[in-house]
Amino acid sequence: MDLGALFGSFDNFVSFTIGGLVFGAIYALIALGYTMVYGVLQLINFAHSEVFMYGTFAVAWTFIFVHGTSDASWSLGEALPTLLLALVMAMLVSAGVALLLERAAYRPLLKKGAPKLIALISAIGASFALAEAMGLRDRFAGWVGLEDDLANYVSPGKARDVYSNPVGIDPKGLFDIGGYTVTDVDLLIIVAALLMMVALDQFVRRTRFGRGIRATAQDPESAALMGVNSTRVVQLTFLIGGLMAGAAATLYMMKIGSTRQNAGFILGVKAFTAAVMGGIGNLRGALLGGLVLGVMENWGAAVFGSQWRDVVAFVLLVLILLVRPSGLLGESLGKARA
Amino acid sequence: MIRSSRIHRAAITLAASALVLTACGSDSDGGSDAAGDGGDSGTSELCGKNLAYLGALTGDAGALGQNMVGGIELALKEYNAKNADCQVDLKTFDSQGSPEKAPALATQIINDDTIFGLIGPGFSGESLATGKTFFEAGLPSISPSATNVTITQQGWTTWHRVIGNDDAQGSADAKYLTETVGASKVFVIDDGQDYSKGLAGTVREALGDAMAGTDQISVGQTDMSATVTKVQAAGADAVFYGGYYTEAGLLAKALRQGGFKGTFMSGDGAEDPSFVKVAGAAAAEGAVLSAPAGPPPADFGATGLYATQSYDAANIFLAALEDGASTAEEVNDFIGSYSGDGVSGPITFDENGDITESKIYAYLVKDGKLDVQNPEVIE
Repeated sequence: MDLGALFGSFDNFVSFTIGGLVFGAIYALIALGYTMVYGVLQLINFAHSEVFMYGTFAVAWTFIFVHGTSDASWSLGEALPTLLLALVMAMLVSAGVALLLERAAYRPLLKKGAPKLIALISAIGASFALAEAMGLRDRFAGWVGLEDDLANYVSPGKARDVYSNPVGIDPKGLFDIGGYTVTDVDLLIIVAALLMMVALDQFVRRTRFGRGIRATAQDPESAALMGVNSTRVVQLTFLIGGLMAGAAATLYMMKIGSTRQNAGFILGVKAFTAAVMGGIGNLRGALLGGLVLGVMENWGAAVFGSQWRDVVAFVLLVLILLVRPSGLLGESLGKARA
Repeated sequence: MIRSSRIHRAAITLAASALVLTACGSDSDGGSDAAGDGGDSGTSELCGKNLAYLGALTGDAGALGQNMVGGIELALKEYNAKNADCQVDLKTFDSQGSPEKAPALATQIINDDTIFGLIGPGFSGESLATGKTFFEAGLPSISPSATNVTITQQGWTTWHRVIGNDDAQGSADAKYLTETVGASKVFVIDDGQDYSKGLAGTVREALGDAMAGTDQISVGQTDMSATVTKVQAAGADAVFYGGYYTEAGLLAKALRQGGFKGTFMSGDGAEDPSFVKVAGAAAAEGAVLSAPAGPPPADFGATGLYATQSYDAANIFLAALEDGASTAEEVNDFIGSYSGDGVSGPITFDENGDITESKIYAYLVKDGKLDVQNPEVIE
């Protein structure tokens, strides 16, 4: 244990903290998908990590489509038009996968009134199916004879290997806080995540659709009696979760630049943790949980070594749940008042 | 939480792999094993039998395993073309590089009477997990790629490798960093796996006072910011990473973005063009990747890291056949006293199964590409 690594110098402390906030913002955006679905259906959508993973591929594909496969290094300004296109594509792909998931893995079960545990198993199965489908995309392309035409997209023979965006986004330092140079990429990630959070929060609190979501979360039967179309609400919930995951995927690819067919798993577990930590079912809780988790991981890594980051994060989760069993801000999608 | 969801996944994986495993066991690459029981007049009773490969073919490190199988198949193709009356086939066993999956496959391999030799296991973790099984069954094995030092210290007399171990590579790497690069503060990082810890540990010891600090990341980790802060705080002028190309690439990228200007070096697990792709050409520039293997000859028919070693390993088994070895024991004795020149270099084994002579090469990333043709030899 080395407390000096974290608290010994203000510069290092700031570096660890901001580094954690940047990744925490991404956790928070993914956590929204878990928390929304849980709020409405009381169901953990374990396949949400794959919704995110498909978004990361959509980002890389967009860049390859626009730029080709030669290595390049762009500044954020140069990359911005392509990034916006990638953002739209990733949101579309992720939302599409989320809707497909709802249609194929949940609706048939919910219609038959299957127990929630069955839907959980169905979610885990769907998660595997989606991840493996991405890992076998070269074979699928081969079946329809497009393996060579799409070689850059499906990486024949290496579909399970790491897949990178050929365009590296070169961050530019804007200003220093302590020892940490805040780059334009870091700033964009945090600001974009916060903006999306606020927009979603307002959407759920103020619009008619949002009221439907809250009503269904509070009491599905009464909501149905009052004329809320619960199938629509569930679809909308999955759609929003998918859109947010697509945005998270774009921010993630800006920072990391590489993905793979199982990239969703660890991030999904982390985002789920963030959702639980903040209070599952609570939108603002997801944001707080994501940021707290990101920062705690980095502090844990500083004091105990990076191999302990997950241990620190999860011990913290347990401690928080012991004191506040429903998370930092409580479970309250339904209770949010307009 | 992580535990419960991992257990869910692990349970499903187990159930699924149990189903798949029963199917793979009978999988053979050719149809000649039916005629296998020495019925034809080959030079050895082992004609018509099989070599086995155990290692990753799918999963995170599947690409490396595919390289190995490419090398083995090339050797078998050449041999079978020359020896019409003594055909040898390959049975592959996909462990995904995992020490948890390999033992079940090892049991299948030793219970398969048509297998007289093993090429593999591919990685150090799975080698340590299966070595005892193969040793007790008396099945000779040659690994093209498992470099952890402790494997050959277990007394498994059937276990060999045609690649220099991590001691040799680690001390050469430390020497390269301090002498060729001129670094005085080296930060050493690994990913906690058997191979990586072994290699990074040797580098740490060999560096002595030149070591500025250490950290350990985990496989699959993508956020390296904490490690980057530690490297910067230590004022390091070089980083050595023990691990594989994905995390190595992400680390190199994060270090450059965090303003690190020193030299980035890693070992053979990262010596793959994918390293440059993951890091991005700009961040990878100038990185040094060492490997206990030279580039393959220009007309060599297989590609990728470990292809030459796998080719050589297969050829040693085939040489045993030509020499008339007819039992596993005779094959093992033949390997122990083998001496020859492979495409990866001269090969003889010491009493522990380690290769006696191994050169370590430093491959550089130049002009946005890993220069696989012109490595420097680290003396």
